[in-house]
Amino acid sequence: MARTLINVPPKAKRGQVIEIKTLISHVMETGYRRNESGLPIPRDIINLFVCTYNGTEIFRADLHQAIAANPFITFFTVATESGTLEFRWTDDNGQVETAAAKITVE
Amino acid sequence: MTDESSSAVTRRTVLVGLAGATASPTLLVRRAEATPETMKAAIHQVIGESPVRKGKVTLDIPPLVENGNTIAMSVSVDSPMTEKDHVKAIHVFNEKNPQPNIISVHLGPRAGKAAFSTRIRLADSQNVLAIAELSDGSLWSDTVEVIVTIAACLEYN
Repeated sequence: MARTLINVPPKAKRGQVIEIKTLISHVMETGYRRNESGLPIPRDIINLFVCTYNGTEIFRADLHQAIAANPFITFFTVATESGTLEFRWTDDNGQVETAAAKITVE
Repeated sequence: MTDESSSAVTRRTVLVGLAGATASPTLLVRRAEATPETMKAAIHQVIGESPVRKGKVTLDIPPLVENGNTIAMSVSVDSPMTEKDHVKAIHVFNEKNPQPNIISVHLGPRAGKAAFSTRIRLADSQNVLAIAELSDGSLWSDTVEVIVTIAACLEYN
């Protein structure tokens, strides 16, 4: 569906608050625009973004048409244990894009 | 005679057609637009009747924006983010886009810091409102007035 870009620090101290940056390429078509023939372009946006840390949900966002194209979201989490952060984007057509990043906690 | 009557009919149809043509553009110009009332309705739908107090929330958007298609926005909430006292959700609304919701973020004590940032679209100069829902059920908000010179949602491909 789309290209993603994730930024998670590869190493962190236990208990440290880390910043996670995510970017995905997506048109985020609002459904309010029209094409050359004057016909409305159907809505197609990413409406859900979820991040899990070793299987536990730590962040979830419901997106609407007011989110700019190529949604960029940054947020924070506490580095609790070594493992994997998984990212999941779902769009209006039900297409799902996933990405993952490993983190080592000392 | 037949020629005359048929020409009269054509003239009338032409006039009717013209009237229609002049009337329709004014209808087309009217865009779907959220109003402060629809924003209130959207807020009501998300958080219910509970009172919202000002404070604790910092909504960071540049006050003057050139391009409404991408505007950097960040929201942070003053909270210790412990199991007992943390931010459960942050909702952001607008007044004048075709749709009043912008984003709803759900987090918990594992966030460590109650903050996020993203990029948004704004169709017009307007107020943007962020509401934070805390674990004790209280609601806090911050409003920023943004001036947009090139609006989003207007361009036709």
